[in-house]
Amino acid sequence: MSGTFVGMPAFPEAAHEAVRNETLRGNLRHATHTIRAKRAKAVAEVSDWAALRDAGKRIKDHTLRHLDRYLEQLEASVTAAGGTVHWAADADEANRIVAGLVKETGESEVVKVKSMATQEIGLNEALEAEGIRAYETDLAELIVQLGKDRPSHILVPAIHRNRGEIRDIFEREMSEWGRPAPEGLTDTPAELAEAARLHLREKFLRAKVGISGANFMVAETGTLVVVESEGNGRMCLTLPETLISVVGIEKIVPTWRDLEVFLQTLPRSSTAERMNPYTSMWTGTTDEDGPRDFHLVLLDNGRTDTLADEVGRQALRCIRCSACLNVCPVYERAGGHAYGSVYPGPIGAILSPQLRGTQSEIDASLPYASSLCGACYEVCPVAIDIPEVLVHLRERVVEGGPAVREGNKVVLRPAKGHAAERAAMRAARWAFTHPGALRGGQRLASRTRRIHPRSLPGPGKAWSGTRELPAVPAEPFRDWWQRTQGGKGGAK
Amino acid sequence: MRVALFLTCVNDTLYPDTGRAVVKLLTRLGVEVDFPMAQTCCGQAHYNTGYRHEAEPLARHFSDVFGEYEAIVTPSGSCGAMVRELYPRMGERARAEGRGDTLAATLAPVVPKTYELTEFLVDVLGVTDVGAYYPHKVTYHPTCHGLRGLGLGDRPRRLLQAVEGLELVELPGADECCGFGGTFALKNSDVSAAMGADKVRNAESTGAEVLCAADNSCLMHIGGTMARLETDMRPVHIAEILASTDKEPAV
Repeated sequence: MSGTFVGMPAFPEAAHEAVRNETLRGNLRHATHTIRAKRAKAVAEVSDWAALRDAGKRIKDHTLRHLDRYLEQLEASVTAAGGTVHWAADADEANRIVAGLVKETGESEVVKVKSMATQEIGLNEALEAEGIRAYETDLAELIVQLGKDRPSHILVPAIHRNRGEIRDIFEREMSEWGRPAPEGLTDTPAELAEAARLHLREKFLRAKVGISGANFMVAETGTLVVVESEGNGRMCLTLPETLISVVGIEKIVPTWRDLEVFLQTLPRSSTAERMNPYTSMWTGTTDEDGPRDFHLVLLDNGRTDTLADEVGRQALRCIRCSACLNVCPVYERAGGHAYGSVYPGPIGAILSPQLRGTQSEIDASLPYASSLCGACYEVCPVAIDIPEVLVHLRERVVEGGPAVREGNKVVLRPAKGHAAERAAMRAARWAFTHPGALRGGQRLASRTRRIHPRSLPGPGKAWSGTRELPAVPAEPFRDWWQRTQGGKGGAK
Repeated sequence: MRVALFLTCVNDTLYPDTGRAVVKLLTRLGVEVDFPMAQTCCGQAHYNTGYRHEAEPLARHFSDVFGEYEAIVTPSGSCGAMVRELYPRMGERARAEGRGDTLAATLAPVVPKTYELTEFLVDVLGVTDVGAYYPHKVTYHPTCHGLRGLGLGDRPRRLLQAVEGLELVELPGADECCGFGGTFALKNSDVSAAMGADKVRNAESTGAEVLCAADNSCLMHIGGTMARLETDMRPVHIAEILASTDKEPAV
């Protein structure tokens, strides 16, 4: 994945500041609660939602099981339709391929459709290093790019910004990149959208190279699909002479017909719309219409390793709708940046440690960035059991064990910093398999209860810093039960 | 019917009143309750923190202790979900690790006969009016593992609505997690505390005296937050409300 996030602190430290930022909390609370309610309404309209969800899960599972076959079929279909397919094992290779293709055109700027895959590999930074300027054309991505910021949400990457902040960014930065913001710009949504439209229009008309991702790739026809709301994607996909699409290998569906399921579940889950405004589909190249050259860069970057994991592979079903972010109570309070990845929220917490591995501090902490409340699983349109994968990855962090990294079977060592916890868990396991020991501990706690401190030192501060400790009772239940034979002995 | 009370380690150690309330309630409803003294812990904290292999002996111990009973009742949504949802998964994982069917077979008998308390009352005993009296204004927080894990649905609310004298008021954002999450409360204490404070503010906005839930672990976190924020509300386990009668009222 991108170097953009290297050196991120662990999740709890990164979240520490965000939790205290009242503006950020307010922005996120308002945005996530609004979209959450809309999504629930849009989903409730569909009488066969449960069946669609199950169908989506099955199609994806089937495809992943036969991914090798479908990838080769896709390559053949795209090639037959006039496109060129490139294979990229990792971010560096993908970036090299794309930079090379842009250079071949002789151009030094490109327009971009909103794309998670190109953010994952840090494509904009890689192109910048080669002297190529990439312009984001999705409104929210534009806000992030102009603000020299990082995306904090999959669907609404500038969710952490309010209207006033966006107005300031436009006024300050637009002139650096092209057409300046209109004089006297206010923070009304219509004016902000118009400023972006004017700024972007000249880029669409000038650009000779477009870069996109894709929501889906159809193996049988070689068709790519981009689902969007603003029409900027349609511009980038049709106006330039060369189109380069960077797509994760898990984005395949076998047949055209399979799209039926996802074109219903994706918009309702993401933007809470029955149907998104623009669905662009293209199959290779067509004479006199659209780009003359089409290149598809198929990106692995940790996906094959993820596929090797029996429990974790379900994360590859993800269609990037971000419904899980919008219902997550942790995301709502910590914000997207704390996840240290272009994939924030619950899905990011299971995707990043699999795509990148659990070696770094941030990746080892992500599986714990959840109270396991299960709201994410409930709304996921492809039924990814995110809590199950989180717990599985916690196990990988504390116990280590077999995994696949860069295509090789390895045995991971337990992560550092869990020694005290491991000892405590072992001690608790011993006590809990020796009821006498448990009882001894309970009695000791009860007898010393008058001298218990009201707050705890060291790691215990994590509790008592914000919450009172429960009072220890005079006797544990089991002593009462034994003393009174379950209340029958008369004593109370 | 011979029913075993699986009280849970947290309730046994810290909330014996909840245990006494369950015994009182079930006895009143004509159920013969036993408390197997060898019971300890279901292993949920181990499992959910990533120590599945440490949780296995606890699950086997649970099965040894409770295997012979007709039904196992627990006043905890999350411990109930541990047995019902995660014990089968532990068996599957052991099989996937090439350790055969032994663990799955050992755990299988306890899975279908473990009930969370409100489930047992409504589904097995078929009662919603348990003859309780509790003259207080109450709001109900459906804890996550009860709500989404076990699918308790409106069972707890139906039981509370049938309590004489009890005024049940809706909790805004009821379905949102309180922020406890077991070791999450310690590992991500800032976010956990922020979630808890929001839950308490929502509860306060109802004007209720009591926040009721069917899981004392969540109530330990919510109650601890209430006490720190010096609110006038108090947390009460649903068993204590349902056990309360006009002759022997709970406070």
